[in-house]
Amino acid sequence: MGSPVTLITGTRKGIGRYLAEYYVNRAHSVIGCSRSPIDWELANYDHHIADVSDETAVKRIFLDIRKKFGRLDNLINNAGIASMNHVLLTPLSSVHKVLDTNVVGTFLFCREAAKLMQRRRYGRIVNFVSVATPLKLEGEALYAASKAAIITLTQVLARELAEFGITVNAVGPTPIETDLIRGVPKEKLDRLLERQAVPRYGTLEDIANVIDFYLKQESEFITGQTLFLGGV
Amino acid sequence: MNEKLLQIIIDVADELNGDLDATIPVDRREEAPLYGPQGVLTSLGLVSLVVGVEQAIAQEFGISVTLADEKAVSHTRSPFRTIGTLAEYADGLIQKAN
Repeated sequence: MGSPVTLITGTRKGIGRYLAEYYVNRAHSVIGCSRSPIDWELANYDHHIADVSDETAVKRIFLDIRKKFGRLDNLINNAGIASMNHVLLTPLSSVHKVLDTNVVGTFLFCREAAKLMQRRRYGRIVNFVSVATPLKLEGEALYAASKAAIITLTQVLARELAEFGITVNAVGPTPIETDLIRGVPKEKLDRLLERQAVPRYGTLEDIANVIDFYLKQESEFITGQTLFLGGV
Repeated sequence: MNEKLLQIIIDVADELNGDLDATIPVDRREEAPLYGPQGVLTSLGLVSLVVGVEQAIAQEFGISVTLADEKAVSHTRSPFRTIGTLAEYADGLIQKAN
């Protein structure tokens, strides 16, 4: 079937960039996107500048994928933003921003990817959720709620898309040392790690390991699942 | 009637007929029923047709349209009744995008 075609959102830095390099090294053709330009390049990697909640921009990415590859095997919905604030100090603009990127963005990419995947009756979609939801982290009401929405989206889409041979699953990382947690006080992070069965920071490899499992062709019977790392 | 668009929809429907239990009578062209009381498509069949037509429009006209937008879903007379009504509806979206 040729080299797998894999689309990853939010590839400018952190987990997304790591995954782009990781799957290029595993002979995937990788397409990525971010809101601002990237300062790195890679063979077999195409980058798009797009806001994941902008329907027109998202459709343009898929039009390009269709033209260039004619298909899409894997979608990894990594793009996400956090907002850490007490509810009483959370401005409405943050609410819209978090929901737009995390929920609307994930929805749009799932919908457009499924349109492309359904013709070949094959596809793998992996969404990003967070331990902030099951741990009910204070100060992250909005972020945790947006990720809860993605868990539900994952479960329902898994059912709607099963007939097309498309699986939809989610991975829920623990804190790992990326920009997303910069600015969170150390004591707070330590307390958080203590609530995990395995009390350490997650690594990029931990996340790739779960995604590898979801993307495997043999994983066709695994869908609608959310896997939290660290024993949360 | 946009003949090119009509033919695109007929081609997509014809191709889909291979995968579906119900057969869209494409030889009736504009009159061929799709979805609704007289329709031959299940809801899943309609999904496949809509996606196929959106992709064919993107390919042939270089325009991304969303056929199942709020207007289409809320139409009292659904644009998905026949190939002809779908072609007319899609043509309107293409005109608007241009």
